[in-house]
Amino acid sequence: MSKTPSKLEKIIEAGHLAVTSEVGPPRSCDGHEIDHKAALIKDYVDAVNVTDNQTSVVRLCSLAACIKLKLLGLEPVLQMTTRDRNRIAMQSDILGAASFGINNMLCLTGDHQSFGDHPNAANVFDLDSTQLIQTIKMMRDEGKLLGGYEMAKRPEMFIGAAENPFAGPNVALRAARLAKKVAAGAEFIQTQCIYNIPKFKEWMQMIVDRGLDSKVSILAGVTPFKSLGMARYMKNKVPGMDVPDSQIDRLKGVPKEKQAEEGIKMCIEMMQELKEVKGVKGFHIMAIEWEEKVSELVKGAGLYPRPQV
Amino acid sequence: MRLQYPTNIHIIKVPCTGRVDLIHLLLAFEQGADGVFVAGCLEGDCHYMHGNLYARKRVGRAKEILDTIGVGRDRVEMYNLSAGQGSRWAEIAREFTERIRGLGPSPIRVAHEKKAA
Amino acid sequence: MIKATPKPLDEVISYIKDYNKILVAGCDGCVTVCEAGGMKEAKVLAASLRLYFQAQGKEAEIKETTVTRQCDKEYLDELKDLMESADAVISIACGVGIQYLTENYSKKIVFPGVDTHFMGANIDRGIFEERCAGCGQCVLASTGGICPIARCSKRMLNGPCGGSDNGKCEISKEVPCGWQLIYDRLEALGQLDRFETPVDPKNWATSRDGGPRRIVREDLRKAEPAHGGAH
Repeated sequence: MSKTPSKLEKIIEAGHLAVTSEVGPPRSCDGHEIDHKAALIKDYVDAVNVTDNQTSVVRLCSLAACIKLKLLGLEPVLQMTTRDRNRIAMQSDILGAASFGINNMLCLTGDHQSFGDHPNAANVFDLDSTQLIQTIKMMRDEGKLLGGYEMAKRPEMFIGAAENPFAGPNVALRAARLAKKVAAGAEFIQTQCIYNIPKFKEWMQMIVDRGLDSKVSILAGVTPFKSLGMARYMKNKVPGMDVPDSQIDRLKGVPKEKQAEEGIKMCIEMMQELKEVKGVKGFHIMAIEWEEKVSELVKGAGLYPRPQV
Repeated sequence: MRLQYPTNIHIIKVPCTGRVDLIHLLLAFEQGADGVFVAGCLEGDCHYMHGNLYARKRVGRAKEILDTIGVGRDRVEMYNLSAGQGSRWAEIAREFTERIRGLGPSPIRVAHEKKAA
Repeated sequence: MIKATPKPLDEVISYIKDYNKILVAGCDGCVTVCEAGGMKEAKVLAASLRLYFQAQGKEAEIKETTVTRQCDKEYLDELKDLMESADAVISIACGVGIQYLTENYSKKIVFPGVDTHFMGANIDRGIFEERCAGCGQCVLASTGGICPIARCSKRMLNGPCGGSDNGKCEISKEVPCGWQLIYDRLEALGQLDRFETPVDPKNWATSRDGGPRRIVREDLRKAEPAHGGAH
C-alpha cells in the first residue's frame, strides 16, 4: 500500500471505520449548490465523492467541483468515468486534480450514454475502469504516462474503484473482478448500494477467502429509501440493483408520511449489521438529493464524531 | 355456386398467395390496374404452411409504397377466405370494386391515358 | 457480411425527383444476402420510382441492374453504358460500393439507396446482428471467440460492468451482456482464470480511430524484377 497525503487513506490505515459520501453537482454553472451540500455533510464524513456526469446526464464537471471542495477545506474523491474521455484527457485531468492537491480518485467505466439526456452522443470508452486504475498506478508509482513520458512530479492518488456484488453473472465472478481491480492497483472500493445483506456477506466471504481484505479496503455502499416509490423504482428500474421484497414490504407496512423515517431507520440498522462484517472498512453513503440526512445516518450508526488524523 | 360478382376483375391464379411477390403487385399498378387484391387461404389453413402470411406482409409493404408515392394504400388489399366460401368471394369482389370505384381511376392509369391521347 | 437496410422511399424520391434518366444499381454481394440491394430490391425500387413519376404525371426513364459486386473495378466497368445514359444513379450497394461506384464514375451523380450498418451474421431471415467492429487487432483467442468490442456496449476489455443484469446489457433487455456470453464460454472451456488478470489498454490506432485505413499485402503484389534481370 503506498503512502499518499490522502486523509481517507490515513483514516483507514489508522484502523478507523471510514465514512465517505457524495455530492451531485448541479445542472448549471452555479457552484453555490456544491458549497451548500458540502456544508451539510462536512463534519460527518472523511471524504466527499463528486459524481462524474452520473447516468450520462450533463452536470458541472467533477474536477471543477472537487477543486472547489478542496479550496473549502474538504477532502474530495474525484470520480472519473471512461465513457466521455480518452486516455489523453483522463491523464490530463488527473494531473489537473493533483495540481490542486486532490489525492483520491474513484475509477468507473460509466453508465452508457443512452441513459442520459444526450443519447445521440458518441461515447469514448478508450479505457475501461480497470485500465484507468492501471494508468493512475503507473502515473503515481512509476512517474510515467501511458505513452511512456516521464513526469517531473507524480500525482499522489489513493486509488479507488467501484464494485457491484449484485450484478451478473454471479457473485463468484464479481469477487474475481474485485481481485482483478486489486491486481491492477485498486486500494479502496466503494460498493453499489446494499440492500441484500446475505448476498453481500456471501461476496465479502469470497473476498476474505481470497485474502483480498488485507489488500483493499471495502467501503459498503448504502442509500436510505426516501419512500416506497423510490424503493420500487430501485428494485425494478435500476440495473444491477438487488432489493429484497422484505424491504419493500417493510415500507409498505408504514403510512406514506412515515416512510422516509422508516427508510432512515432501515439504513441505520443495515449499517450496524454491516459494521460487524469481516472486511468492511467503512461506509459510502449515497443519499442522493437527501444530503441533509447524512448526519443522522452517521450518528445513528455510531460513527460520529469523525476521527482526526 | 354460380354467384354474380363484378366483371371488371382480372383474376391471376397462383398455387399459393405466397407466390405473389411485391414486384407483382407494383407491376400490376404500372400496367394500369386501379386496384389489386390478394385473396389467400384463411390464416392457419395455408396448404404450404405460411404462404398467405408472407403475402400479407408483402401487401403491407405495397401499401406503404403506394402511400409514399401518392397513389394510396387502399388500392391494394389482402383478404383471407377458404376455397369453399363462394359467397364470401363474391362479397369481397363486390366490396373491393366498390371501394376502388369510390377512389376513382388510378393516377397511373390516368397518366398513361393522357400520354396515349 | 456487411448489413444494410433500404432507405425510406420518400428519402430516395427526394434525391432523384428532379432527374428523369435514373439507374438503380444493385449488388449481388452482401446487400443481396440481407435483402436490401440485390436484384429483387432493385426491381422493387425501380418499379416504385416508375409509379411515383407516373403518378406525378412526369416523364422518367428508370433502369435497374445489378453487378457481381460494386467494390471491384472490374465489375463496375460492366456498367459503363448504363451509367453513360443515366443522369442520376441510385446505388443500393453497401456504403463501400456506393462510394467506389462514385469514384469510378466521377462525373456521375450517385445517391445512396440504403443505410449501411455493420458487419454481422444472419440470425434468421430478416434478423441480423452485429458481430465484428473491425478493430484491426482481433482478441477473440482470449475471450472464447466472443468479441468484447462488438458485443459489449462499452467495448470493455475487463468486463462485465456493474450494469450486467441477468445476462442482459444495461442499455436494453434485448441486448445480451457481451461479457456474460464471454463468461459462459470461458466457463465451458475451463478458462475462467482469464478473469483474474487485468487486460492492458487497447491500441485503437488499428481501428477507425487511427484514421482511414489501407491494407497493402506485399505478398500479393507483383514482385519487382531482380537486379540485372532480363526484360
